[in-house]
Amino acid sequence: MKMKFPRTMKFQREADPQWSEQVLKFPGCERVSSCIQCGTCSGTCPLSIYMDYTPRKVIALIREGFREDALSCRTIWLCASCYSCAVHCPQKIHITDVMYHLKRDAIKHNLFPSRFPIPVLAQEFFKIVKSRGRSAEVPLVLRMALKSNPFILFTMLRSGWNLFRAGRISLKGERIKGVAELNAALSAAKEANGA
Amino acid sequence: MPEKPGYLYFPGCSMRATGVAYEESLLELFRMLDIPLHELDDWNCCGATSYMAVDESSAFLLSARNLSIAGGMDTHDLMAPCSACYLALRKTQDYVNHYPEAGRMVEEGLKAAGLKPFNGVHVRHPLEILYNDVGLAKIKAQTVRKWRGGKIACYYGCQAVRPYDEVDRPHDPMRMDQLMNAVGVETVDYSLKTKCCGGSLTGTIHDVGVRLNYILLKEAVRQGAQAIVTICPLCQFNLDAYQSEVAKESGEVFDVPILYFTQVLGWAMGGNLKSLGLKRSIGGRGLVRQWFTENREVLANA
Repeated sequence: MKMKFPRTMKFQREADPQWSEQVLKFPGCERVSSCIQCGTCSGTCPLSIYMDYTPRKVIALIREGFREDALSCRTIWLCASCYSCAVHCPQKIHITDVMYHLKRDAIKHNLFPSRFPIPVLAQEFFKIVKSRGRSAEVPLVLRMALKSNPFILFTMLRSGWNLFRAGRISLKGERIKGVAELNAALSAAKEANGA
Repeated sequence: MPEKPGYLYFPGCSMRATGVAYEESLLELFRMLDIPLHELDDWNCCGATSYMAVDESSAFLLSARNLSIAGGMDTHDLMAPCSACYLALRKTQDYVNHYPEAGRMVEEGLKAAGLKPFNGVHVRHPLEILYNDVGLAKIKAQTVRKWRGGKIACYYGCQAVRPYDEVDRPHDPMRMDQLMNAVGVETVDYSLKTKCCGGSLTGTIHDVGVRLNYILLKEAVRQGAQAIVTICPLCQFNLDAYQSEVAKESGEVFDVPILYFTQVLGWAMGGNLKSLGLKRSIGGRGLVRQWFTENREVLANA
């Protein structure tokens, strides 16, 4: 029997260079290839201590074409879009846009960690706004918790009660008049994007 | 065109829920300044950070519809007080001009919905409007209440000052500090003024979000601030609503008022106490009651 000894490094034959080229075509991702691996992004990121790959490593993964590692990591979901890396990058790479692109790609191919609340929240938010034209916090939080981790609700009990008492929880869901108009715009744009 | 065109106002969803005190104090402040605000007709959600994470064409279109409605109005200055709304609108405008494929998506989407393409809309944030259009001198001249409260830390957060630099400098913003100083409030040197509050992380990866807010609160207090002043409903919400969780995680107790800059300015300029949303604070309620009183003492140098 042939033994598979674990290794910490990827082999080039496991990479998907075509995927790498694809990523560079998206708005904001075009400068990824100019990365000098200085690590300024990872140093300035307030969340890098929780990441499996730091932002610098994610950029390297994209450049080499290690698609699955880049799309299934926690890093892209921990990115809170604070743009600190983007304004500090000496090569002017729009790292926040790169993270956004990876999130979209991960959702599209169902590659995010299962029951991880952040992609669930993004998708539920997407649906609520599409159907009403505005966000509604109470249904959003409930749906996110039920589809990921219901225990999240316990962490919110106290703050939720305080917010309710201060009149900061809106129970009536707002809805715009132009829902149909908005949906027509969204579908046409999506079609144009796919074309 | 009316004599005083004022500004188009894009409230955003937070202003109608957890950030209601921001809207209340903003409206009161602009009433004091005698500047009309016209709410954008049938505005839709900006998509925040979630839409861009799911589908980019939809993210651009949400803002494009709002910009298109704004383009059809008499005044083209569109004020968005929430940092996420401000950035979604501003970024859509930029990307539509910069990337032809984004421009094409938006063009097709608007056409299908019978909406006009948007031209000449100027996306603005109230911090920069108060600093540039109203000016420190006018705000100082209209100050009628003397601040008897403690020192404060001005917290700018992320998306209002990054990646665009029109609201303030991305690395060391000072305009909120200057506005506070103009009404007699002393500010501390707060090095974390643009460090992220975690956005929606407090609701998803709770301990990570709480930890970020612990760091922000701790540093403000360490610099001698008794309160934090914000320009974003999400920053205010995270710092204010989770102080008891911060205490539980860190073992350190915080009871810090987290105010909107519009509350402090509106109060100093003699605004109606009940209209400033001061009772909606959760942290530091005792200090809020103590500091924000009806007392009118005209400043000696006013």
